[in-house]
This record gives sequence, C-alpha cells and structure tokens, in this order.
Amino acid sequence: MDMSLYPHAIAMSADEFMDWSTAVINDLLSAGTKKTVDKLTGPVWTWAMKNSMHPLHWGLACCALEMAAASAPRHDAERLGIIYRSSPRQTDILLLNGWIGKKVRPSIRRLYEQMPNPKWVIAMGECAISGGPWYDSYNCVQGGDQIVPVDIFIPGCPVKPDAMIDGFMLLQNKIGDYFNRGVFMED
Amino acid sequence: MDTEAVYQKPTTGEIKTLLESKFKGNVTVKHTEDDRVLADVADKNAIFEICNYISENLTFEHCSIVMGLDMVEHMEVIYVLTNYHTGLCIELTAKLPLDDLHIPSVALVWEGANWHERETYELFGIIFDGHPKLKRLLTPDTYNFYPFRKSYKLRGQE
Repeated sequence: MDMSLYPHAIAMSADEFMDWSTAVINDLLSAGTKKTVDKLTGPVWTWAMKNSMHPLHWGLACCALEMAAASAPRHDAERLGIIYRSSPRQTDILLLNGWIGKKVRPSIRRLYEQMPNPKWVIAMGECAISGGPWYDSYNCVQGGDQIVPVDIFIPGCPVKPDAMIDGFMLLQNKIGDYFNRGVFMED
Repeated sequence: MDTEAVYQKPTTGEIKTLLESKFKGNVTVKHTEDDRVLADVADKNAIFEICNYISENLTFEHCSIVMGLDMVEHMEVIYVLTNYHTGLCIELTAKLPLDDLHIPSVALVWEGANWHERETYELFGIIFDGHPKLKRLLTPDTYNFYPFRKSYKLRGQE
C-alpha cells in the first residue's frame, strides 16, 4: 500500500488497515511510547477497575449464601464496588463458590470463556480449592484450578463474608499490578 | 377385613393384616412400631401391585425414599412410603439377586418416585422396568460405573 502519508490515516481497505495499524503499533513499541502510554493510563484503568469489580452472579453451592450475606446490609460489599452481574459478558470476575460437580465442568469453562478480558477467577471455600469434604469423590472436581486458572483462593468452610471481602481486597492489589505492568498494547 | 375397601386412616395393625391377607405369602411384616411397619417382599415382580394397593386402598400419598442397598451377595431396594394423615410409614424391602437387577418401576404410582429411581439406577445400577425416563440424574452420562456399589473403589483404596 501507499504509505507516503504515514502515520496519517487515509481511506483504506481492511487489509491495508492491518498493515497501517501494525506499523503504528510497532513504531509506538520501538519508540518507548507504549511504556509512556501505559504509565499514564495504567493508574486510570486501575482506579476504575479496582472500584468496579463485577463478579458473575453464579451460585454453585452453600458458599453462595455467604456471597449473598456479603452483599446484604451488615457487610454491604456493594460499597466497595462488588456488584453482581447476571451475564458473563458484563463481568470480570468468576467467583467459584462451592463444590464443582463433574456435570457442571463444561458450563463453568464456557462461562469463563464468555467473559471479556481482562478477567480473574476467585476460588471460594474448601470445595472450590481442593474438593474439600468431597476430596477423592466420584463426582467432584478436585479444585477449581483444574478447569480454569484461579487467581485468589479464599479458604474457609464456608467462607465468612468478611473473609470474602478480604479476598476481593487482595484481588484489588493484583488488578493494580496487572495494569501497572503494562500489557495493553501487546496485541 | 375387606381387602378391596379404601382405608383413609389405617392403623399399623390393620396394615399388617391387610397386606398379609391380600398378598398371602408375598409380603411378610417382620416388625411393627408405633408409626412404622417394616415388611419384606418375597417376589420383586409384584412390587407394582403392592405399591398400587398401598397407594389406592391404604391412601399412602407419598413415596418418601427409594433406596438401594448393596449386600454383596444380593442387592436390596427399600421403599419408604408415608401417609400424611396419620404420619404412618411403611418400609418395603425387596431382594434382588445379582444376576437379575430388574424391578418394576413405581413411578407411575407416585410421580415423586421418578427421580428416586433414577438416582438409585445411577448409583447402584438397578434397572427399574417401565420407568418413563431411566437416565443418569446427577452424574455425567459418560460414566460406565456405579459408584455406590461395594465393588467400586475410590483412588487409594485397596
């Protein structure tokens, strides 16, 4: 394609746009602009995402009641931006709260794949960590990390609402690290 | 006693007499308690008629439990049937030889027995003839073993 007007964008086909944008991205990467952009925008993304953690409203077993208790008035997780959304398209955290039967495995993996990046997974309670009381069971997955990558493990049987909120606070640190590491423009 | 009459509130003594006279030699009441009748069924193929009689003539509305039991030499199916008006229970025990794990389904007598029987099927491999939908309930369809049998061993067991 004619790159004489580069870096200005002119009318172009889809293929030409791929060439043009690849050139722009490579220029930014080689000039160190990426680092600058990430350094400037990282804190903004961090601030936004840390304070609007949207887990999937998905109850697997009894820890889901603790999840409900955490958003009830006494603990009020919503003041920290933990708002449950019912569609995986609108969430960034998958909260595994309970034992994972072998029949539900494909659904969990599918929900995880349906969530937009960047996404995190929290395993809540003994069952989601290692199978818990159902260790070595014939019908229980021995830990959620066997089917999806887990970021935070919250132990407890069941997890108390304050422990769950504490786990989300730890995840906030992880979110901060993720954005400050600068991974935005790698694609 | 009239075995064809409908008894709204049968007592344990009446149940014992009625069952043993209606199904002579087939049902043996081995024990009665205040609110409980424990009976053995000799011929497992008669379980549908017995349950139908208990439901229609003795007005036991609820099939509370259908349970499998692996006794290694044979298997058992245990039905716990409840009458809501009197709070009485009938426990029927049917023996199944290992080479013939078939028993008639009672899902047409009590709709609630449907899932009980499916679960007994998936855990013990006991086949309920005439069941409307005898498929695995909670375990994946790909399983080819029956986890509650004594012969099934978990990882790490001898």
